[in-house]
Amino acid sequence: MLSEALQLLLSDPFWVAVLRIATPLIIGTLGVLMCERAGVLNLGIEGIMVAGAYTGWLAVYLGAPLWVGVLAAMATGGLFGLLHGVLTVPLALSQHVAGLGITLLATSLSYFAYRVTFPKVTTPPTIQPFQAVAPNAMDGIPVLSVFAASTPLTWLAFALVALVAWVLYRTPVGLAIRMVGENPQAAESQGINVTAVRIGTIVAGSALMGLAGSFLTLSAFNAFFFNMINGRGWICVALVVFASWRPGKALLGAILFAVFDAMQLRLQQVPGNVLPYQLWLMAPYLLSIAALILVARKASYPQALMVPYRKGER
Amino acid sequence: MTEATPALQLSGITKRFGALVANDNISLRLDKGEVLALLGENGAGKSTLVSILFGHYAADAGAITAFGKPLPAADPKSALAAGIGMVHQHFALANNLSVLDNVLIGLEPLWRLRSHAAPVRKQLAEAALRFGLAINPDALVGSLSVGEKQRVEILKALVRGAKVLILDEPTAVLTPLESAALFVTLKQMVRQGLSIIFISHKLDEVLQISDRIAVLRAGKLVAECATADATKPQLALWMVGRTLTPSVHPTRQRGAPLLQLDAACTAGHPKLKSVSLTLHAGEIVAIAGVAGNGQAALADLLCGLVPLESGSVRIDTQPLSSSPSACVNTGIGRIPEDRSHIGVVGDMTVWENAVIEDLTDSRFTRAGFVRREPSQQHATALVQQFDVRTQGVNVPIRGLSGGNIQKLILGRVLSRKPKLIVANQPTWGLDVGAVAAIHERLVAACVPVGDGSTAAGVLLISEDLEEIMALADRIAVMSRGQLSEALPKAEWTLASLGLAMTATTDQEITRAA
Amino acid sequence: MRLEPKSAHAKSQTRAIALASLSAIAFTLVIVSLLVIWAGAPVFAAYVALFKGGFGDVFAWSETLTRATPLILTGLAATVAFKAKLWNIGAEGQLYAGALAAVAVGGLHGGEGFDLATPLLFVLMILAAMAAGAALLMFAAILKTWGRVDEVVVTLLMNFIVLLLVSWMLDGPMKDPTAMGWPQSVALKPELELTKLIGQTRLHTGLLIAVSASAIVWAIFRFTTFGFAARAVGANVNAARFLGLPVARTAMLTALLSGGLAGLAGAIEVAGRTSYVTLDMSPGYGYSGIVIAMLAALNPLAVVPAAIFVAGMLVGADSMSRAVGVPTYIADVIVAVSLVAVLVATMLTRYRLRWK
Repeated sequence: MLSEALQLLLSDPFWVAVLRIATPLIIGTLGVLMCERAGVLNLGIEGIMVAGAYTGWLAVYLGAPLWVGVLAAMATGGLFGLLHGVLTVPLALSQHVAGLGITLLATSLSYFAYRVTFPKVTTPPTIQPFQAVAPNAMDGIPVLSVFAASTPLTWLAFALVALVAWVLYRTPVGLAIRMVGENPQAAESQGINVTAVRIGTIVAGSALMGLAGSFLTLSAFNAFFFNMINGRGWICVALVVFASWRPGKALLGAILFAVFDAMQLRLQQVPGNVLPYQLWLMAPYLLSIAALILVARKASYPQALMVPYRKGER
Repeated sequence: MTEATPALQLSGITKRFGALVANDNISLRLDKGEVLALLGENGAGKSTLVSILFGHYAADAGAITAFGKPLPAADPKSALAAGIGMVHQHFALANNLSVLDNVLIGLEPLWRLRSHAAPVRKQLAEAALRFGLAINPDALVGSLSVGEKQRVEILKALVRGAKVLILDEPTAVLTPLESAALFVTLKQMVRQGLSIIFISHKLDEVLQISDRIAVLRAGKLVAECATADATKPQLALWMVGRTLTPSVHPTRQRGAPLLQLDAACTAGHPKLKSVSLTLHAGEIVAIAGVAGNGQAALADLLCGLVPLESGSVRIDTQPLSSSPSACVNTGIGRIPEDRSHIGVVGDMTVWENAVIEDLTDSRFTRAGFVRREPSQQHATALVQQFDVRTQGVNVPIRGLSGGNIQKLILGRVLSRKPKLIVANQPTWGLDVGAVAAIHERLVAACVPVGDGSTAAGVLLISEDLEEIMALADRIAVMSRGQLSEALPKAEWTLASLGLAMTATTDQEITRAA
Repeated sequence: MRLEPKSAHAKSQTRAIALASLSAIAFTLVIVSLLVIWAGAPVFAAYVALFKGGFGDVFAWSETLTRATPLILTGLAATVAFKAKLWNIGAEGQLYAGALAAVAVGGLHGGEGFDLATPLLFVLMILAAMAAGAALLMFAAILKTWGRVDEVVVTLLMNFIVLLLVSWMLDGPMKDPTAMGWPQSVALKPELELTKLIGQTRLHTGLLIAVSASAIVWAIFRFTTFGFAARAVGANVNAARFLGLPVARTAMLTALLSGGLAGLAGAIEVAGRTSYVTLDMSPGYGYSGIVIAMLAALNPLAVVPAAIFVAGMLVGADSMSRAVGVPTYIADVIVAVSLVAVLVATMLTRYRLRWK
């Protein structure tokens, strides 16, 4: 049993699966992370991922190149982000409620649009999704072989981690984002437009959420299904806390999560498994809660998270 | 004498808020290389004037020139560009970010691939050398002391090229040692050609630091003089407009010991370090001190918010309970510092706030239900008795003014006939009428009315020496979490009080007293 | 751009609210019309079908009210929790937990597991369902109060966990052997089922339970010390703590009540409509409850009309779909758009938007 598990951990297909599970979580977590760093909770992620999955897939289905599909998904995400930004920043609505409203809106609009576009289909129409970058080209070389067998979107996810980290910690706009999430008054007093920075960050973060959703239809699968996001967005929200709002740790958390998820998928199939499959499927969610419990006590939230900013108020 | 261009020239500045004239035709000059002290009581119009200067408000009339050039009204950016830097009393800093980040924010154009932090690092190092403002640029602001945070604020202004620095009550939050260090820094700055406006209501430090003094009272500039020519009594007279006369009180009978703290310590920051005090029924003991020296910890301890770490606290020989409701029920009346956000629940109605501490009282609740009729009657009675100006008891209390909220809180406290009243900054920021009403009530609470009733004791925590002198029987001074002996008022002088408030060691506190 | 509080004159306030509601409705109608046009259906006919389907006749009303019954309860669950700022997004899971518990008491072993008279067994079934829902939320509330764990994420994730638990139960211990492999639980003992309010319809007495629950919740918040404390905790937890209100106990009681109401929704659905648990017995009633609570501005009495509105849209969308071929998902779109519109409109009645 132990050697089997070890063998599993050393096999390439296992790690390719891990990266496939991790990719949308990495990108989605980065999206949530950006929004929260600017002080805004975005519970719209679950719906925005649905909308991204749908529009990305639709664009490709209608004949656009795959990367245009990716852009379409990001644009859709950005649009819903703009709505969330307007609702929560200048209008200062409850971020919880606005986010859930966005999730409901984005999900129902996507499903509605899918049904309008494809009224009578019984089997979901398919597209030609992203392929592995260079399958089998790097066989035998550890790590590289896994990446070679993954799709470009997985590579993009890793690049985005570095990019988001760079933007947040090395650029003026990143400093402005962190500052409006920590002390908007201080940012405003130095000439930073808090409203603009917050809305802009939410738009960017939501574009990432849209991208995360499109990975599922453009890379992991080749069609759009109802309920295909299935709580992945919420898991990203949990991962951000687990990652203490740091991009590097978000990557780590997403991969750790994916390792457990991939293991449970494999272990389900191990002969002699007596546990019902539902228990295995529960594992990732239970794991998320357990991780939250572990880190919550010492989590240091961005200090202005969920605090609406009104000019001139202390 | 050469007529150099002044750093700042204000002419005829007037600002009204409704009927209130916050600034009335004020003309002032700030020369290069001088410290101008802006002296005045709370509400005299200092902050309004400075806000106009810094572009937060537009003046209704008047003009400002900076270094000979007119300054556009209501534009913080041009104020910054003209070299005016402001250090607010409340720091605009992010605790989770580094010093460097806090200085860097807003300095560069947003759209840049990379922050150019190196020049700012260099500037910080230079400032450290020139003005003695040493600070680690990579430290998290949250890990700094208050004095260091203020240093970051000054550095922010300097890095932005400030030639005029406005400091709003800079010593209010500092320990004496930090204040002294600040003064050294400021002296160095003016020596190097910077100009400083120093806002304060503390006479001693104004005399110590400034070159010239301008006194504001009720929105008017009432006096302007060179510091060398100023005397403390004269300044005080200008500032308050009358000489301080000790108010007359009904004679109070000191009763049995009511509150006994014996070497009480709390955790947290700032904490109490072995505080001892005995307060008797029928007396008012005032805790004086500079803000942030442990007064909040003492108030929180007595209000049941923070637990005792060691030592003992007894109320009427019973050990102090460690929960807010238990404290209320053992007879502690609590008037919190933040009356609008802690003392009441703003969204709830006046009557609900009137009975909110009494939800176990059978007069107002029965079997888990709130008895509305008696509760509202009680609230109405309080409103009348304590002259709370409200449109009724059924409106949310957030619509009331601070003074009226405070009067309701006072009514709520006194209606329970408390043994001990813990009043933390009870009149801070209130208008004269409300202040007088609250003082009168507190004093009256210490006198038994009729037969059988007992007098309460009052622990008054205040930063307002005038208030302390007017009300207290005995005064103790809090400094760095330690409390001096509580001596009768007559044994204190303003000088010894000031010294004790600024003392840095136990010996000094004792010596000052 | 920023918000300024408006001065509140009672009269202008009433007018502002009326205006806000009207503009919210108008906005929703416009957006939905555009979608209907996109779907290639005649707008007017679509609306007629929608409203006839939802509210056109006795049968339409009976269907709408049947749907509204669980929605009222989940709407109340959200109202109770949100009033005390306990962000319970887990009513969906709590509903399923309640349904499962109800069947466990009243369905397993033919409902004879407890040797009780039917009325007692019914009460026990309801209590078990409420306890199951409450226990789920208590878990999150305890983690929040003593572990500083964000309850939003926990309750959201619990929904998925509970659904998997239900799936497991339907596969195994509570499987209906006569369902020919269909994933459904054993049925409730027939005596435990709620009676119909109108013959030939599905409308059952659960509606009366739900409406009474709304009145009870309203009374709890208005008259009891717990309601008082919950409102205080929700409005300003720091002040509530200072003023000596039992903050932790209030959070626990709020969780009990909110989770209990969601669990009750599950039991009522089983006893009134399905008589057994399936994996699709709730098309997101738990999530819709949040929308309903917000549409009702967290007023327990207003939850009833808000739930009827949402239910009417869901039922009406089915007929609209049949009549003019607009996908049924339009119902969720209507609900989502009206939520956003109402939120914005109410915000603008209290604040004025300034562009500088």
